[in-house]
Amino acid sequence: MNMTYREAMRAAMREALQQDERVFLMGEDVGRYGGCYAVSKGLLDEFGEERIRDTPLSESAFVGAGIGAALGGMRPIVEVMTVNFSLLCLDQIVNTAATLRHMSGGQFSVPVVLRMTTGAGRQLAAQHSHSLECWYAHVPGLRVIAPATLEDMRGMLRVALEDPDPVIIFEHNALYNREGELPDDVSVTEIRRAAVRRTGNHISLICYGGNLVKALEAADELAKSGIEAEVIDLRSLRPLDDATILTSVRKTRRAIMIDEGWHSGSLAAEIGMRISEQAFYDLDAPLARVCTAEVPIPYPSHLEQAALPQVATIVSKAREVLGQHV
Amino acid sequence: MNDKPSQVSREQGLQWLLDMLRIRRMEEKCAELYGEEKIRGFLHLYIGEEAVAAGVIPELEAEDAVVATYREHGHALMRGISMNAILAEMYGKQEGCSGGRGGSMHLFDANTRFCGGNAIVSGGLPLAIGLALADKMQKQPRVTVCFFGEGAVAEGEFHESLNLAALWQLPVLFVCENNLYAMGTALARSESVTDIHRKAESYGIHSTAVDGMDVMSVNTAARLALKKIRTEQVPAFLEMRTYRFRAHSMFDPELYREKTEVEQWKQLCPITTLRARLKAQQVITDEDIAAIEQTAAAEIQAAVAFAEAGHWEPVEDLMKYVYTESENSVIPAQAGIQTPPP
Ligand SMILES: Cc1ncc(C[n+]2csc(CCOP(=O)(O)OP(=O)(O)O)c2C)c(N)n1
Ligand SMILES: [Mg+2]
Repeated sequence: MNMTYREAMRAAMREALQQDERVFLMGEDVGRYGGCYAVSKGLLDEFGEERIRDTPLSESAFVGAGIGAALGGMRPIVEVMTVNFSLLCLDQIVNTAATLRHMSGGQFSVPVVLRMTTGAGRQLAAQHSHSLECWYAHVPGLRVIAPATLEDMRGMLRVALEDPDPVIIFEHNALYNREGELPDDVSVTEIRRAAVRRTGNHISLICYGGNLVKALEAADELAKSGIEAEVIDLRSLRPLDDATILTSVRKTRRAIMIDEGWHSGSLAAEIGMRISEQAFYDLDAPLARVCTAEVPIPYPSHLEQAALPQVATIVSKAREVLGQHV
Repeated sequence: MNDKPSQVSREQGLQWLLDMLRIRRMEEKCAELYGEEKIRGFLHLYIGEEAVAAGVIPELEAEDAVVATYREHGHALMRGISMNAILAEMYGKQEGCSGGRGGSMHLFDANTRFCGGNAIVSGGLPLAIGLALADKMQKQPRVTVCFFGEGAVAEGEFHESLNLAALWQLPVLFVCENNLYAMGTALARSESVTDIHRKAESYGIHSTAVDGMDVMSVNTAARLALKKIRTEQVPAFLEMRTYRFRAHSMFDPELYREKTEVEQWKQLCPITTLRARLKAQQVITDEDIAAIEQTAAAEIQAAVAFAEAGHWEPVEDLMKYVYTESENSVIPAQAGIQTPPP
């Protein structure tokens, strides 16, 4: 079936709401407004106010309430409009959701699913363009996933809801309008393993979420000059699937991490470190990364685009790693 | 709500009309420019709410500070930031009041102590508390005015800030622009108590609900509140009851409210009602109105030309303004990789 990423996530939520009484959606403007990114549009009519619950602008309170409801036996999907606003509920996520199981000696679990939009690229300026996935991926007790394909957008929610621990799903805003063909039988996908989205022998491009599109385009571009890039889609940002990453890097002997987070302390840095710990002697070239420049995202398009990872930067970085300066 | 003052001088009446019209016409132009993709990103129009900024901000002293939200074009204009600099900012041009880096939601101007343009709901309130605290500690006889929507009232930062303002007796004027909606969420769907001014009262802050569609009421309330703040060194709170005529932003299909409701509120348009009242009282003439329209139109035309002629900041400057310019301030951009030894 042909559908957009937005529709795929909506279908996943609809299915979850139909199949499990304990599931409900809550967040700012998920009901009457239809969702800030129109992901939940129509669900209010179908499931009613109890289960499609509009909240006031109280991120800390409603995320905390989602955590509490999960503790109390429900399976909440809490939509935090965007990662930018999740900073107002960072405390609840890091100090409560992530810690309860551990602090209680395993007695309590928090099966909450938090969904949030992430990423830049729409000229929304510095406060509305963050990619802070790596902050959450830093925290033990959380599972962090990022769909990059239509199948994953459709299938990851179900696995997330089945997880007994808190899961954060990062949805890159640039994906929602993308369309694709979704096989009929996809309602669940693997979230524990990274996926090889393109095979190649010369260099591994490791990415996730909104940047898979750019990495694949870069791989196509490189292929024109005979460079076969392997593209790894992480899917899970915590835990990281070291095995898939290392298998690829041992084969290609070169790797570039692509990450919309800022350069310093990025997820790219973490992955690079793991590779050097576990595959240093398999490498033929220094590891490299393409990240966002260390500047708050500027409003004008030309500056914003200059700050973000681009197909051209990935391509030239790959040539640099391969020693083919152009 | 307070009684409406009814008489107004010709001079004052004309000034208010001009102020509100400048905002209205500028924003109508902005909507057009958005359609032409000259302005990008988010654009939140203030249309319908002009009486609040026009009634409050002219009462401020030059040294006072203003903190606003992403719906702040009118506030910036009233504070005296030039329309040229505002429009150039919305274009993202270097000549803009934030050097083009902020855009519509982040208008800043140090000269007029206009401290943004904050796009995180309730994010400006603690900032205003801090500005006022600094004034108090430095014995500066200044006031900080903080504008925010009623949506912010549900945030913890609102309550934490009001408590601090009252506890520390800070010279802050809180102006809640209660336009009844936070994006698509009606006030009654987000607050258990919808009389927002009563929440401020509960913190011991002097608080008033005001007809925010009437510039005279707004102005009278602002004057009284500012006087109280300046003489008694206490915070004050105004709940401006108003309405936005346009969508929340340019992305909003407005599924959450009836067209008839919008039409009813349009009857209370702060510009047309003031114009009608002044005409009925024979304080102003049709020629006056035409002259005001012309003034506003000319200013807008010039501002668009200014923005159009403005410059894009060179890409080489990307890393600017992250830190104070110094040797240590610049983190090298994504550096190249090590080359093999010969
Ligand atoms: C902390 C936070 N959460 C969510 C948003 C998304 N958002 C932007 S404006 C808005 C509505 C705010 O309404 P209100 O405070 O009443 O101001 P208005 O837009 O009506 O002027 C929302 C939910 C945000 N910017 N910041
Ligand atoms: Mg509002």
